[in-house]
Amino acid sequence: MEYVKLINCMRCGMCLPHCPTYKETFLETASPRGRVALVRKFQEGELVESEKFLEYVSLCLDCQACASACPCGVNAGELVAEFRCERKQEQGLSTMEDLILRKLVPHPDRLEAATAPLRLYQRTGLQKVVRSLGLLKVFPSALGRMEGLLPKLPAAPLRQTISEVTPAVGEQKGTVGFFLGCVMSLIFSEASLATVELLSTLGYKVVTPKDQKCCGAPNMLGHDIDGLKDAARFNTDLFQSQELDFVVTDCGGCGAELKKYGHHLDGEAAATAFSTKVRDISEILATEAATLKDKLKPLPIKVTYHDPCHIAHCQGIRSQPRALINLIPGIDFRELPEADACCGSAGTYNIEKPEMSDRVLSRKVQNVQKTGADYLVTSNPGCLLQLKKALAEATPPVKVIHLTELLQMSLNA
Amino acid sequence: MEDSFIKALSNIVGEQYTLSDPESLACYGYDSTPELQSRPGAVVLPGTAEEISKVLALCNGTGVRVTPRGSGTNLSGGSISFDAGVVLQTSRMNRIVEIDEENLTATVETGVITSTLHREVEAKGLFYPPDPGSMNISTMGGNVAENSGGLRGLKYGVTDDYVMGLKTILPDGEVLKTGGKVVKDVAGYNLNQLLVSSEGTLGVFTEVTVKLIPKPQAKKTMLVHFPQLEQAALTVSHIIAARIIPATLEFLDRTTIKCVEDYAHVGLPLDVDAVLLIEVDGHPAQVEEDAAGIRDICERHHCSFFQTAASTEEALKLATARRVALSALARVRPTTILEDATVPRSCIAPMVKLIQDTAKKYDLLIGTFGHAGDGNLHPTCLTDERNPDEIKRAHQAFGEIFDATIAMGGTITGEHGVGVAKKKYLPKLVGESGLRVMRGIKGAFDPRGTLNPGKIF
Repeated sequence: MEYVKLINCMRCGMCLPHCPTYKETFLETASPRGRVALVRKFQEGELVESEKFLEYVSLCLDCQACASACPCGVNAGELVAEFRCERKQEQGLSTMEDLILRKLVPHPDRLEAATAPLRLYQRTGLQKVVRSLGLLKVFPSALGRMEGLLPKLPAAPLRQTISEVTPAVGEQKGTVGFFLGCVMSLIFSEASLATVELLSTLGYKVVTPKDQKCCGAPNMLGHDIDGLKDAARFNTDLFQSQELDFVVTDCGGCGAELKKYGHHLDGEAAATAFSTKVRDISEILATEAATLKDKLKPLPIKVTYHDPCHIAHCQGIRSQPRALINLIPGIDFRELPEADACCGSAGTYNIEKPEMSDRVLSRKVQNVQKTGADYLVTSNPGCLLQLKKALAEATPPVKVIHLTELLQMSLNA
Repeated sequence: MEDSFIKALSNIVGEQYTLSDPESLACYGYDSTPELQSRPGAVVLPGTAEEISKVLALCNGTGVRVTPRGSGTNLSGGSISFDAGVVLQTSRMNRIVEIDEENLTATVETGVITSTLHREVEAKGLFYPPDPGSMNISTMGGNVAENSGGLRGLKYGVTDDYVMGLKTILPDGEVLKTGGKVVKDVAGYNLNQLLVSSEGTLGVFTEVTVKLIPKPQAKKTMLVHFPQLEQAALTVSHIIAARIIPATLEFLDRTTIKCVEDYAHVGLPLDVDAVLLIEVDGHPAQVEEDAAGIRDICERHHCSFFQTAASTEEALKLATARRVALSALARVRPTTILEDATVPRSCIAPMVKLIQDTAKKYDLLIGTFGHAGDGNLHPTCLTDERNPDEIKRAHQAFGEIFDATIAMGGTITGEHGVGVAKKKYLPKLVGESGLRVMRGIKGAFDPRGTLNPGKIF
């Protein structure tokens, strides 16, 4: 890690009010400024990698809200992640990490096969039995949490059912590649179908290469840089072999990662060219606002919007989703207090650090309740998983949907 | 620090809020002040006034020093413990106790964030004017201790113009109540105002009562370019001389303009010496009249461009240039030494010129921006802490700048406090008698020297 990146932190504290873990604890060690100080002191040999040290460093949600807030351009979240990656490269992957990050995640067919028992579990009614008998209490808590978060899975992953080419409706305006994303395809296939439908309705031919692999974000989270690079190379080659105007994704996490391929592959020309083509679905749709507006029908519902970290902080997309929601006639849009604060999902953080995740989530839920909205709109699968469950259990319950599902509702109203 | 003492602390504030691991201590060894670094012996985060009282009594009784701290945005080293004592962070005490609409006061716990108070009172059509640059992070207790200023200081004054009452814990654990909700109060010495800007050396605040005023109905924001520095400075003097008091009258010099433009791309000119950001507020008719008067004065002093914001969004955009000044400067070099030299308003032009000449003399990059309307300038030296020679030159340059400031009838700090960073200049400013009285006051409040030792003098 470049030392200068650490000393660039002028310790002004501008990051403090934006850090979800600082807001919960008021502790310097749980703040971006504090984490930069910890890593710096480690580099300077003043601190060692103790259990406490790792605990403090790993409390970061990597939501990057600190980077948005930093006046001097220090990205504390990324510095901490980089530090963890460097340590991981020295230590190597554990057997479990190797199994998940190298043998499972990069192979969509294996990933889909792995979730097949879950589909069976839900469809046979076994899930109902397990839940009603409280059997989950018997399982290790992490497994129980995972099971509890899982909504009803689609009959089959979207990657298996979608056609490689979806033609444009009417005159063709352009061709876009569709990057599916693992969780979107496996769990939220209906939202992704809405994405494809919107694109084709607006005159885009949508190409969805079936061979595509995971974007590599889980490898990044697992600090497996080599795995990330493999994924980046594979997807770049696959999509760059097609004649595409843009590569579109409706997953905030994938979008943020794909846009960094150029950086991950040290500026390789093909990867950089690929990254510049990547668009979040809201960016594409916002440019089509005029056309879209004519097609949307009234929806008399109260709606609020949660900014996923990977959309707002990593990609700087804030106005487009709001503008799109406001295109819908009759909609009552209410701004969410602390809209761009993390919901606590943060990859696998909600499973690894349940206590802090719950505190961050509970703040989000209270803020949603303050708006009085019937629907919470967002556009990242991690947020969808986390918020769907929490807001279904809230009183009154709030429905959580993807941005493209809301727009599709209005199209078909 | 001994285990038994840590145990005694945690018996008061709870184990969770008593920190003594090396990682925590490393993270409480700094505040926003560049270069300064130390390591406390322990950190406590009390949740009530009673806990603060017990912690102070314990420390006072055992000879352990205590350094109070809010969010650690201090710019003079005031919230760093330099003697391995206890850092006492007040952030957990963050309730707004009351907004009294009949008396136009607000009472808050000491850890309330300044901008939170702004938001809450403005929702009721009221206004708390002090707006330090760090208002989104700084605590009210810290603002009171440092007597913080801000961009609205020219028209509305600074923190001590608004503090009406305080609840303070003295070093021995006793509670001292000063002031209150009464507008007039001349009973005895004005301890209330004495405690404001005491930099945590006399007591630890637990509750602050501040004065509120009605929220101004209208506001107008203007951005003006000046090809020559003298014209901008004269404009500032002539606006004041014309009996127009803007809420904000901010200044950016050429170096700052260039850095802001390089990083923020807000459309600033690169061929001018100075930019003024001016904001007037109040009754709509008065705002119109003041804005027209200001425009007239700017044009008579040969401004090259005058822009009035047409909407709230545009006003925010214009103000961005000033608000991002420090950050833009901070991106240029890793170590940003921000100073706080304040001169009588009529001396703005010679002062800025002197800063520029001094920068040249010592071969340094110094950008100057600040609150021209109240004479409070922030010459900011862009350095790299890994270059000891450059740091040495920076300190020499600031020594000369402060000598000149004092000679002009100015002061060594307008809003950041003396702390440790400005200690060496204080005797020059207040003289022997000033120091003797100040030391006497410290002794009356804190005979054992428990609170924030080594600060101010």
